[in-house]
Amino acid sequence: MKTPQSNPLRVLWLCVISLFAVLVVAGCGGSDDSDSGGSEVTEIGKTEGQLNLIAWAGYAEDGSTDKTVDWVSGFEKQTGCKVATKTASTSDEMVQLMRTGQYDGVSASGDASLRLIEGGDVQAIDMSILSNYADINPSLKDTDYNTVDGKNYGMPHGWGANVLLFNTDEVKPAPTSWASVFDPAEASQFSGKITAPDNPIYIADAAVYLKEHQPDLGIDDPYELDEDQFNAAVDLLKEQNKMIGEYWPDATKNISSYTNGDSVIGSSWQYQTSALEGAGEPVSSDLPTEGTTGWSDTWMLSSEAANPNCMLEWMNWMGSPETQAAVAEWFGEAPANLGACELTSDPKHCDTYHADDQKYYDQIAFWKTPVSDCGDDRGTECKTYDDWVQAWTEIKG
Amino acid sequence: MAAEATAPAPRRSAGKRLADLFQGRPRLTVAALLAAPLGWLVIGYLGSLAVMLIASFWHLNELSGEIQQGFSFDNFNTLFTDDVYRTIAGRTVGVAAAVTVTDAILAFPIAFYMAKVAKPRMQALLVIAVLLPLWSSYLVKVGAWRLMLSEDGAINWALGPFGLHGPGYGTIAVWLVMSYIWLPYMIIPIYAGLERIPDSLFNASEDLGAKPGRTFRKVVMPLTFPAIVAGSIFTFSLTLGDYITPANVGDKQFIGNVVYSNFVSNLPLAAAITTIPIVVMVIYLLIARRLGAFEHV
Repeated sequence: MKTPQSNPLRVLWLCVISLFAVLVVAGCGGSDDSDSGGSEVTEIGKTEGQLNLIAWAGYAEDGSTDKTVDWVSGFEKQTGCKVATKTASTSDEMVQLMRTGQYDGVSASGDASLRLIEGGDVQAIDMSILSNYADINPSLKDTDYNTVDGKNYGMPHGWGANVLLFNTDEVKPAPTSWASVFDPAEASQFSGKITAPDNPIYIADAAVYLKEHQPDLGIDDPYELDEDQFNAAVDLLKEQNKMIGEYWPDATKNISSYTNGDSVIGSSWQYQTSALEGAGEPVSSDLPTEGTTGWSDTWMLSSEAANPNCMLEWMNWMGSPETQAAVAEWFGEAPANLGACELTSDPKHCDTYHADDQKYYDQIAFWKTPVSDCGDDRGTECKTYDDWVQAWTEIKG
Repeated sequence: MAAEATAPAPRRSAGKRLADLFQGRPRLTVAALLAAPLGWLVIGYLGSLAVMLIASFWHLNELSGEIQQGFSFDNFNTLFTDDVYRTIAGRTVGVAAAVTVTDAILAFPIAFYMAKVAKPRMQALLVIAVLLPLWSSYLVKVGAWRLMLSEDGAINWALGPFGLHGPGYGTIAVWLVMSYIWLPYMIIPIYAGLERIPDSLFNASEDLGAKPGRTFRKVVMPLTFPAIVAGSIFTFSLTLGDYITPANVGDKQFIGNVVYSNFVSNLPLAAAITTIPIVVMVIYLLIARRLGAFEHV
């Protein structure tokens, strides 16, 4: 009598089920505890010869985009740290890349930095070990997006505003208000050719608009919105969505959509404006009267950095007046170190970007992570970044 | 005769001893041969699917946005209560079906010509021609279409003199581009299926008095249908999961886009969303099996 052969299919199912069971048990075991803070870095040691950075496009130029634009080579020569840069297009991407632990540092905007600090992904630093920190614009020091519990977490890099970029041939006269992208009365003439950043943080831009045009909502901080304020902003964006041609996920796509004629007006950065103007496209940008959102970036050190000393040297390098001048002019932003203002090839650069203009600076609502704690007498009923992300999916449809 | 002391049998080499181990043990041989591919299938593929499905029950720490590994149905709750996910899923399945039907209609005449009408040399050339687009990168093709469909692009330029305007970016553009990109995946299975039909069947049908239309409906279609279903699995599933084409030429979100945008900031929700196409595909494959797609393919 033949012994029954084991059914191979049954064996396969058994393997799958047992594997599943193992993973369920492993997965249900405990929750991640985040270690925030920890010890401060108090000295720079010997450099390691390698540096892995996460940066915005245009922040770590090594001559490959434009031969004359290069501040990486000088750094490599001086410190012996070979730089490898991963360009990211959103703060979300940067946070996720930092969490892999494979990078030494990041140029974090305010909507990423708090998440990184809270998640224990970056280290506090005693800033006195970085010689250029002393010359940094005081407005950028000890802000609520780079300092927690009195501990500093990075070297300020520079800041900029989100501007209204428009095609000068199609949009006449030059727009002065965000109503030209939000209010159907003014925006519908551009319907199908309006663009906006594909980023949940754009909800704050709607809040900035409503702060002036619907004052009874009582919006003060566009990142701390309660139920009514949030719903009003989301509704405004859903209305805008009907007029949107496409959202732009990164600077390159934004530039090509103006070049191809698919967009004529929308929120953008000075970087795209300069790039398009440099290519001879009929565009211009300005800062509407309602004010705007903006970003203020800080170089931060990963708590799992394989090359922490190289990163600290990089942070100091990026804070030096020469590098600050080069970056600010190339990218199109206000430098963090005002000593750069004398070194820019365009002597009016700092004036153009209001680098020393406190009033202008105060008009900008810099990106920061929305959290439930409203920070005022409303308590903890404000919408979190999670809510913003989900709402963004609804807005896009 | 003096008996010579026989030298002890030479020790078999390690390789030969290993071979001895498998001698006469067919099940061990099969197991050893299958261990690597099965390991990849179970651990690498099914295992990662399982981890992802488990992740769909997790949620995020509110302040830091880190993943907390507790069990909750929150994500599935969101999927059911928020209308937008239903809309997106419906849109994706609808476009996937449209692409499948379009490709089936376009592919059949081409495959028929290749299988039954073309001379052998022409056949070889046509096969190369059909497969040639697959040699270029997917992104290059989507990028090319993006330029063609743009406001100042080739399509508007060509239609301009007639007073017409191209579809621009949108769901129609997504359907158009996907139909183009997946067409070879539909042509080849149908071609293979048609090749298997002996020419004698056509002659026999004609001898029995059937006109070409009747032959097509009663002889060719039933025999090719499993091949068409097999090809449709490609076009349907590839469209269902795609996010690059909608991101480049679409203006509304598809399932892939929602997964992509949540992947970085809210992995558990992204994992929950992926259960939708998995369920759809399981149902589709069961139906396909019923229709005989997995026989003689």
